[in-house]
Amino acid sequence: MSDTHAETVPYVRETMLPQLAPPSSQAGAVKWLRENLFSGWFNTLLTVLGALVLVWLAVHFLPWFLHGVWNANSVAECREAIAQAWGDGATGACWAVIRERWPQFLFGFYPSELYWRPVLALVLLFAALAPVLFPSLPRGMMALTALYPGLGYLLLWGGSFWFPVAVYLGFVIGYVVFTSLAKAGQALLAPILGGLVVLLYWLFLSGPVERALEAVIPLSIQSVPSNAFGGFVLSITIGVAAIALSLPMGILLALGRRSDMLLVKALSVGFIEFIRGVPLITLLFTASLLLNYFLPPGTNFDIILRVVIMVTFFSAAYIAEVIRGGLAALPRGQYEAADALGLDYWKAMRLIILPQALKISIPGIVSTFIGLFKDTTLVIFVGLLDPLKGITDAVRASIEWKGVYWEPFIFVGLIFFIFNFAMSRYSMHLERRLRREHR
Amino acid sequence: MAIAENPPKETFRLSMLLYDTRYRSITIQVIVLMLFMAGVAWLADNAVRNLQALGKDFNFGFLWNRSGYDIGQVLIQYSNDSSHARAMLVGLLNTLLVAAMACVAATILGVVIGVLRLSSNWLVGRLMTFYVEMFRNIPVLLWILVAYAVFTEVTPQPRDFRVTPEMEASGQAPAASMILDAIAVTNRGTSIPEPLFSRSLGNISLGIFDVSVDLIAVLIVLAGGLWARRALNTHANKVQNATGVRPVTWWKSLLLVFGPLAVLLAVLGFHLGLPELAGFNFQGGILVSNSLMALWLGLTLYTAAFIAEIVRAGIAAISKGQSEAAFALGLRPNRTMNLVILPQALRVIVPPLISQYLNITKNSSLAIAVGYMDLRGTLGGITLNQTGRELECVLLMMLIYLTISLLISGVMNAYNNRVRLKER
Repeated sequence: MSDTHAETVPYVRETMLPQLAPPSSQAGAVKWLRENLFSGWFNTLLTVLGALVLVWLAVHFLPWFLHGVWNANSVAECREAIAQAWGDGATGACWAVIRERWPQFLFGFYPSELYWRPVLALVLLFAALAPVLFPSLPRGMMALTALYPGLGYLLLWGGSFWFPVAVYLGFVIGYVVFTSLAKAGQALLAPILGGLVVLLYWLFLSGPVERALEAVIPLSIQSVPSNAFGGFVLSITIGVAAIALSLPMGILLALGRRSDMLLVKALSVGFIEFIRGVPLITLLFTASLLLNYFLPPGTNFDIILRVVIMVTFFSAAYIAEVIRGGLAALPRGQYEAADALGLDYWKAMRLIILPQALKISIPGIVSTFIGLFKDTTLVIFVGLLDPLKGITDAVRASIEWKGVYWEPFIFVGLIFFIFNFAMSRYSMHLERRLRREHR
Repeated sequence: MAIAENPPKETFRLSMLLYDTRYRSITIQVIVLMLFMAGVAWLADNAVRNLQALGKDFNFGFLWNRSGYDIGQVLIQYSNDSSHARAMLVGLLNTLLVAAMACVAATILGVVIGVLRLSSNWLVGRLMTFYVEMFRNIPVLLWILVAYAVFTEVTPQPRDFRVTPEMEASGQAPAASMILDAIAVTNRGTSIPEPLFSRSLGNISLGIFDVSVDLIAVLIVLAGGLWARRALNTHANKVQNATGVRPVTWWKSLLLVFGPLAVLLAVLGFHLGLPELAGFNFQGGILVSNSLMALWLGLTLYTAAFIAEIVRAGIAAISKGQSEAAFALGLRPNRTMNLVILPQALRVIVPPLISQYLNITKNSSLAIAVGYMDLRGTLGGITLNQTGRELECVLLMMLIYLTISLLISGVMNAYNNRVRLKER
C-alpha cells in the first residue's frame, strides 16, 4: 500500500498521527486561569485587587479567629490565655462567651428545666412543615401540620391542655354547620353562617368549655409567661406565626386590591399603602403603647400576640403587593378562559388564577418572609429580648463578659444567615420544581 | 319555535340580593361598609372612653411647649429652650439627612458591586456574591450595631493623633493619623473639613431656620451653568441634525458649568476649615457623631447588597439580541451601552431602586439602636416620654413617615408612567 502511494503522491501521509496534547496554555488549570482571571489587562487588575482584598482580610481577621479561646469563665481569663499562648499584644476571639451563655442566646430566660419543650416544638415544626414543602412525602403527615399550631402553642406557653382543644373544637363546629347547610342547598349561606357560628363560639363559649373540661379532667403542664421568652425562641416563634398568618392575609388583600367592588378595593389599597408607608418600629410602638387606647378599658392581652399581629399586618401588606404583581403578570386570556368555563369567582381564583400567580410570585414572597424573619430583631424596641440586641446587652451587662462585642454578633448573625440562606435556597428549588416551560 | 311573546316580568325578590350576581356585589359592599364603620366607631369610642378614664385630652398644643432636652447632632438652630415642634423638625431633618446620605452611598456601592458581580472574573464574581449573600441574609440592625461598635471601640482616641516634640525629634509617627490630613476618625466622632467663606454674604432667616446666602448663591450659579450647558447641547444637536457635523462642545460645557462657579467661590473667599487637634479633642471642621456615621455605614452596606441585585437583574433582563442588534447597526460598545442597553435596563432598575430608597428612609428609624436623634428619637422618643402623649406623638410620627413614603412613591409612579412601554 504505502509503496504504491509513495510512488503516485509522495507527499500524502497515510497514517494518522497521534493527537498531540493541547499547548500548555490551552489546557487544564492554565487555560482556566487565563480565561477566568487574566483574560485582559482590566481583568488582571481586578484579579489582583480581589486577591489583595482577600489577603488584607486574612491578615487582619484570620489570627483573631485562630487565636480563639473556648475554655474560660470571663473576658479577663480569655485575654490571659491568648496572651499566654500567642504572646503579648495578640488579639483573639473569646468564644467562651458563646460556650457559657448559648442557652440564653437560644432560649432567653425560658426556665432551663423546660428547654426540651421549645426544642421539641422546633423538631415538630420541621416535621409539620415537611409535607408542605416536599410533596413527595406521604399526605398523612398533613394531619400533624393541621394539629401543629395547637401543639406548638401548648409546648411553648404550657398551661391547660384543654385550651387548644377548645379552640380546635370551633373548627369542628364550623365544619359541621358548613357541611349541613351546604347539603341543605344553602351554598351561599353556608360559609357565612359557618363563620359566624365559629366566631361566636370562640368569643363566648370556648372559655367556659375549656374550664368545664379542665374541671372534669385536669390536664395541664407548667405554663411559661411571655416575658420569659427571648433569644431565638422568641424570634422563631414570632417569625413562624407571622409567616403562617401573613400569606393568607396577603392573598386576600391582593384579591381585594384587584376587586371590581369599589369599596373593597379602596379599603385594601388604604390598608396596604398605610402599612407600607410607615416603619415597622412605629407599628410595634402602636402595638405596645396605643393598643390599650383602642381596646375596651381593662383589656390587656399578651405582648407577643400583639407583636405577631403587627408583624403579620406588616408583611401581609408587602406580600399583597408581590402577589398583585403576579396577578397582573398573568395573561388576560387566563381570566377570560376561567370566565368562559363558567367558573364562579372563587373557583376561578382557586383553580386557575392563584396557582399561576403564586408561582410567579414565589421569589418575592420568600424574600418578604426573609425580611420578616430579620425584622423580628426589632422587637427589642418594645421591650422583648431579641437575640441580637436584647440578649447580647444582657450578656454584656454581667461583669465577667463586659466588653465582648464581636463574638455574640458573629454567633447571632451566623444563625440568622443559616435560616435565611436556607429559605432563599428553598425558594430557588421551588421555582425549578414548578417550572413548566422549557422542559 | 315559539318565541315567548311576553317574557315574564322580572319581579325583585329579596333573595336576589344574595343569589343574583347583579346585586350581590352591592350587598357585599353595603355589609363591608357597615362592618368597617362599626369597627371604626368601636375603636373611636374605646379611645374616647380610655382617654376620659386617664383624664387626658387629644390635642397637639403640647408641641409649642418648651422641650427641655438637648440634641447632639442638629442641622438647624436648636436648644433645650426650643419647642417640641422644633425638636420634631430637627428630628425630621436628621432622618432626611441620614436617609439621603445612605441613598447616595448605597447607590454608588450597589451599582459597582452589581456590575462586578456580572463580570467574567471568577474571583471578583465570587467575592461580590459573598458580599451580597452575607449582607442581605443578616438583619440590618446587626450591621448598624457592628458599625457602631467599630466606630466606638476600634477607632483611635483623639490623643493618639498627638505628635509630641520628643516624637518629632526621634522621627516617631503618632499612633493614628488623619486621612488626607483632613478627616479625623476618632472614637468621639468623625471630624470633616468645613466649607468657609472669608467674604461671606451672611445668613437670611426663613422664619423657621436660617439659610446661608453663600450656599444659595452657589446653587443659583450652578443651576445657571447647568441650564446654559443644556442650551448648548440643544444647539449642538440642532446643528448636527442640520449639517451632520456635531460642533465640539466638551470644553465649552466644562467652562459653562465650572467657570462661573470658580469665579464665585474665589470672590467669596472659599476655603476649607480643617479640623485640628487642640487640647483633648479636635477643633474646627464639622464633627459628625459616631451614631450618625454608624447608622449611615450600616444602612449603606446593607442596602447596597439589595441594590447590587437589582442592578444585576436589570442588566441581565436585557436580551442579548439587543446588544447584537446594536453592534450590527455599527454602534461602538460605549454608545451601545448608552443608547440601547441602559435606557432599557433603567426601566427595570429604577422602580425597585426607588423602593429601596423608601426602605432606607424607613430603616433609618433604627437610629434608636445607636442613639441618633431622628424623628423617632425626638418626637417618638423623648417628647413622647416627657409629655406622656402617646396617641398624638405616634399618630403624628406615622403621618410624617407616611407623607415621606407617599411622596417617594409618587415620584416612582410618575417615572413609571413616563417610561412605560406603550401598548394597545
